[in-house]
Amino acid sequence: MAIYEQFHHISRWGDAFNVDNSPNTGSSTIVPADVRLNNKAEYISCEQVEPSISDQETNKPADKIQRRLAQNREAARKSRLRKKAYVQQLESSRLKLAQLEQELERARQQGIYKSGASGAGGFGLPATVNSGITAFEMEYTHWVEEQNRQICELRTALAAHVTDIELRILVESGLNHYCNLFRMKADAAKADVFYLISGIWRTSAERFFHWIGGFRPSEILNVVVPQIEPLTDQQHLEVCNLRQSSQQAEDALSQGVDKLQQSLAEDVASGLCSGNYRAQMVAAIDKLEGLENFVSQADHLRQQTLQQMVRILTTRQAARGFLAMGEYFHRLRALSSLWAARPRESA
Amino acid sequence: MHCQTTGSWGSYMPTTRTAATVVVGDPLERIERLASENAVVIFSMSSCCMCHAVKRLFCGMGVNPSVIELDQDPRGRDMEKALIRLLGASPAVPVVFVGGKLVGAMDRVMASHINGTLVPLLKQAGALWL
Repeated sequence: MAIYEQFHHISRWGDAFNVDNSPNTGSSTIVPADVRLNNKAEYISCEQVEPSISDQETNKPADKIQRRLAQNREAARKSRLRKKAYVQQLESSRLKLAQLEQELERARQQGIYKSGASGAGGFGLPATVNSGITAFEMEYTHWVEEQNRQICELRTALAAHVTDIELRILVESGLNHYCNLFRMKADAAKADVFYLISGIWRTSAERFFHWIGGFRPSEILNVVVPQIEPLTDQQHLEVCNLRQSSQQAEDALSQGVDKLQQSLAEDVASGLCSGNYRAQMVAAIDKLEGLENFVSQADHLRQQTLQQMVRILTTRQAARGFLAMGEYFHRLRALSSLWAARPRESA
Repeated sequence: MHCQTTGSWGSYMPTTRTAATVVVGDPLERIERLASENAVVIFSMSSCCMCHAVKRLFCGMGVNPSVIELDQDPRGRDMEKALIRLLGASPAVPVVFVGGKLVGAMDRVMASHINGTLVPLLKQAGALWL
């Protein structure tokens, strides 16, 4: 392989690594910390080799041997670095591939959903329904990017010990950001409530914890509260009450959804052997409209719980709370990517 | 209830009536009367799953609510319309009254539970003991 061809490869790898190192790339790509150093080493060694080629003609034979030995050492070193870079490139490509596969699966589900909607015939306008979901998908991607940015901002602000006033602004933005999500979800629910309930818009690990179209408020309290200790006695009491009331509200909604499932099944299953099912379908549609109501109440509960949490806590505690919460979901998203990218036995 | 019977409508006719009033009794008045008969009153419909959820919420808290199923009441239709007017929104059910006073629909009930105002209200109305 000609030397200049080698340099070309190295600089391409360098570019690829620069893209990966951007901190806000969707769900995280785990790139080893010393990649940047390797890039610099590559570029530096490229520059060093060139001058010694032109020097060769002007010096004596003894020096030639020395120079050749140095060149060999240099080439060996470069070779080792290239190998290391190549392996790291493979690792990050594997992660990227896993992510792309996940996105493709999601898009395929969307495709199935689209053909399903047009096949159903007569249930409203399939085109409108699709565009509502497509819009949500795009908006949600932006939402996650903005969330990651806010997490970084919170972490920096807390480490830098900024004033409470500045923290207050960050806490308010965090709360508003979640309120925006709930607004987006309300629109998506009108387009297709099943889409929200399925959790297909979230990553696989998040989906494992999915509850009526989103996260479970009491779970978030369990995650966040240990991260923001110490609390005053009064705060402990209020947090206990909040935990209990959110748990009770969740149980109530869960039971409501169970009842809805049961009565939907009864409606659909009524008169299976008689064949004619128009009346049953009408009753079933009514029940399904009730499902939108449950997703709406669940999001309302999420919002109320976050707002109450902010009320109970000091500004600094609330900031740590939002950071903890954001980081928690970020890690679940990262976990989903890692899981998808893990080495598997070929079938 | 103290009534005077005149005309052919029996004992539900109010003693004073104008041409415009409903002769079988104002549904809103009936709602308010029913609401004041118990510490916790839930207006519901037997087929409504959100109503089931709100009932489970109170039972889960150890409260024993009194439930009025509008689809099983002969005057349910009128009361449903009156509740929609009262709430300013659809659906009419579930609606919760505590101590005779309107708390609201599901979202208001949940909000007041989360922000800690529901439990004191229930204790005040005698629906919950420590």
